[in-house]
Amino acid sequence: MSVARFWRKIPQRYNLIGTKCDNCGRYFFPPRTFCPVCRRNGRILEHQFKGTGKVVTYTVIRAASEQFEHFTPYVLAIIQLDEGPRLTAQVACPPDKAEIGMRVKKVFRRIGTDGSSGVIHYGTKFVPE
Amino acid sequence: MVERAGIMTYGAYIPKFRIKIAEIARVWGANAEDIIGGLGVFEKSVPDLDEDTATIAVEAARHALSRRYLEPSEIGAVYVGSESHPYAVKPTACTVGEAIGATPEMTAADYEFACKAGTAGIQTCMGLVMSNIVRYGIAIGSDVAQGAPGDALEYTAAAGGAAFVIGREDPIALIRDTCSFTTDTPDFWRRNGEEYPRHGGRFTGEPGYFRHIQGAALMMLERTGTTAKDYDYAVFHQPNAKFPRRIAQMLGFSKEQIEPGLVVPYLGNTYSGSSMIGLAATLDIAKPKDRIFVASFGSGAGSDAFDIEVTDAIESGVFKRDAAPKVRDLLKDPVYLDYALYARHKGKIVMQG
Repeated sequence: MSVARFWRKIPQRYNLIGTKCDNCGRYFFPPRTFCPVCRRNGRILEHQFKGTGKVVTYTVIRAASEQFEHFTPYVLAIIQLDEGPRLTAQVACPPDKAEIGMRVKKVFRRIGTDGSSGVIHYGTKFVPE
Repeated sequence: MVERAGIMTYGAYIPKFRIKIAEIARVWGANAEDIIGGLGVFEKSVPDLDEDTATIAVEAARHALSRRYLEPSEIGAVYVGSESHPYAVKPTACTVGEAIGATPEMTAADYEFACKAGTAGIQTCMGLVMSNIVRYGIAIGSDVAQGAPGDALEYTAAAGGAAFVIGREDPIALIRDTCSFTTDTPDFWRRNGEEYPRHGGRFTGEPGYFRHIQGAALMMLERTGTTAKDYDYAVFHQPNAKFPRRIAQMLGFSKEQIEPGLVVPYLGNTYSGSSMIGLAATLDIAKPKDRIFVASFGSGAGSDAFDIEVTDAIESGVFKRDAAPKVRDLLKDPVYLDYALYARHKGKIVMQG
């Protein structure tokens, strides 16, 4: 990942900053700048998600891409935030502890690094609540 | 009279992994009983594969802010003290500032003073707050402590941190006074580019730890016209369990006074986090009017002493002590690692490039 691409997404990655439509009450993560339901009547506001939710489904990664190969096995899950939106994130727990429906909360962790001398990508993972 | 600064809120963080000291001794063919008996430490914390000084600092700061609502944009200063900043150049404090929503109108810097960089951050925040330059400042001591394989430090070098928000408006604890004792003493160091620190062995005790803490502590007792008996609790830097017990005795503090803050036996030495986690553990059980004596120690060498008095605010509606885990909760339910997994977690295994 380029330094610029990581840097642009820092608000989302660190603090789960998304958006909310003040007209219909829908929440969006990643942030949308336009409400697909209210269209021109939508009023988009910034929203920081609480960072709590539940596991909708998950998989255990045992053969990872090069950047993550030393972290296997790890749990990758689709998480439904309490406000509604779903996102894909790691759950930092042993694979045999992961369960569908499990309550999770956000934690601040290293997501990856650009080699030993490149930028460190920090961001949000989840742990059982 | 200058209006005093105080602690607005605080938080700690300790990774959930541990390694028993006996397991480290087994690998190096050392006598576990001798080592455990000598240090008074039974196990130490180990970071997860994706945890480092910055992630620990962020978690500690977020725990602090979950106990008390403070407008993040009013945090005008962030200082992170550590011996293990993830970058040689690029401040951990900026990552913390961003992750707690304090950026961009703030000053920030990383501190290094062996194990007392975090308490130096508290002093800096006090100065900024008392001179009205910032409303709140946050000082953090955080480390994933380094100890070379087989070295004496490896038996205690642990991971953890604590964050203290300093301000003037209705603090949960007033910092009545602070003073420091500092000299150029090469008792412990890590040269630039080196992976592990080196130390003067037994030389670290008398001319380092004991001289400096005694220097700062006696100065504080004299300045405040107090004796050990005037305090309810005392917290000292805890590289092992023996040193803080001995310095407490030398200064006239009892076992009961240091007990709540003596977390090293089941945590290890979290370097910059050490005395600050001890203070956090003491604030976890403190009541209004309790007086706490604190003296940190950083090799190189220096000690910062603090005279702290807990206020009624700690039990008021503005502060929710139970909204974040207490230090004793963070020490509960650990996951034990053997030496091989510990080496992997600490990045001690040399990988193919």
